[in-house]
Amino acid sequence: MNPAIAFRDVSYGIQGKEILRHVSFEIAAGETFVLLGRSGSGKTTALKMVNALLMPTSGDVLVDGTSTRDWDPIELRRGIGYVLQDAGLFPHFTVARNVALVPELLGWEKARVEARVDELLVRMGLAPGEFRERMPRQLSGGQRQRVGVARALAADPMILLLDEPFGALDPITRHELQRQFLNLRKAWKKTSIFVTHDVREALGLATRVALLHEGRIEVLAPPREFLAARGEEVTTFLAGLDWRLED
Amino acid sequence: MQGGIARDILDLTLEHIVLVLAALSIACLTGIPLGIALSRRAAWRGWILGLANVLQTIPSLALFGFLIPLPFIGGIGKRTAIVALVLYALLPVLRNTLTGLLGVDPAVVESAVAMGMTPRQRLVRVELPLATRTILAGVRVAAVTTVGTATIAAAIGGGGLGVFIFRGLASVDVHLILAGAVPAALLALLVDGGLGWIERKFSPV
Repeated sequence: MNPAIAFRDVSYGIQGKEILRHVSFEIAAGETFVLLGRSGSGKTTALKMVNALLMPTSGDVLVDGTSTRDWDPIELRRGIGYVLQDAGLFPHFTVARNVALVPELLGWEKARVEARVDELLVRMGLAPGEFRERMPRQLSGGQRQRVGVARALAADPMILLLDEPFGALDPITRHELQRQFLNLRKAWKKTSIFVTHDVREALGLATRVALLHEGRIEVLAPPREFLAARGEEVTTFLAGLDWRLED
Repeated sequence: MQGGIARDILDLTLEHIVLVLAALSIACLTGIPLGIALSRRAAWRGWILGLANVLQTIPSLALFGFLIPLPFIGGIGKRTAIVALVLYALLPVLRNTLTGLLGVDPAVVESAVAMGMTPRQRLVRVELPLATRTILAGVRVAAVTTVGTATIAAAIGGGGLGVFIFRGLASVDVHLILAGAVPAALLALLVDGGLGWIERKFSPV
């Protein structure tokens, strides 16, 4: 069986600056693969290559065995859920229309779309009666992010991409959403790539963690092994963890 | 005589409104699509905006004059007047369309792309609705200035309320000047208020 996602010697440069350097890895179906790194390490760039928002300068990104260069980008993206840090909700759409977007683009029947919206809102802990008709600006940060996750899951995509989805939330809300994400993962077994700079979040959610540093993968390991890994950048990240534990 | 002038004011006001509506519709039908095209092509922006800016700086009386000798679009009469008015109205419509589209939050545009919208769906469902308010503000500026500038159309036989103003200037008759200027000013205020109201209705966020 093909890996769900594969990076084959992927490099990416823009204006003479190398963002990713010869990155290779494979992600099995159902994994939660965390890309960990500081800002500028190339983690978001790598993420955006999976749904063809960016194309590698050299090398290939394979989704379901086919290079993103050969996918129809529209079709590829409709099969991949995407969650951004600020949710990226459409400010002029109600919550329900935001969530319904991809199913509508795919031409689902109206009744099926509506049922799906309610199902997802309930799943994300948002009562449909209360939230369906709200506008994004009438929501708290945590609620917006829940809608963002619901929208990404709406058309039951094979892959979920999350770009620091909980980064802008207060610690309690963040923790709640992380737990909810873990539950969802167990229930639905989506292949996900999760970008974060928070080592604790990475270790808590990942099946495997890839630590990116200056465009290269320094460590790629399951959380338990990651804790024992050596190297300057790993030590820096793990030191952050110790400090927080003692705190 | 009293009844006569009231009738004239009404006729010329209507003629004025027709001039403004014709010019404004054409300016919107060209300016908005052009603005959309420019939002996609950064390379053309400088040239076309520059050209529209230059047109805006030509004194209106001179522009009407320049158009008279031109074939097809020139000559004496309404058509020439409308062409000149369109040239003035174009810049605010074009510029605000471009500003509105470029001002849409990049994160929102990115999520539209990432959801798998085609470029057309992105434009129609996301970018234009979010830019509507800015575009309408441009249309309002264009409409108000066109109401004013259209008074000069009378100088080249375009009709409208300017007829009173030019006649009043020629015969040094303040009453005649006011008979043209007051309705034109009221019309401008009305247009400004009306379009302002629509603009506020269209605040999507």
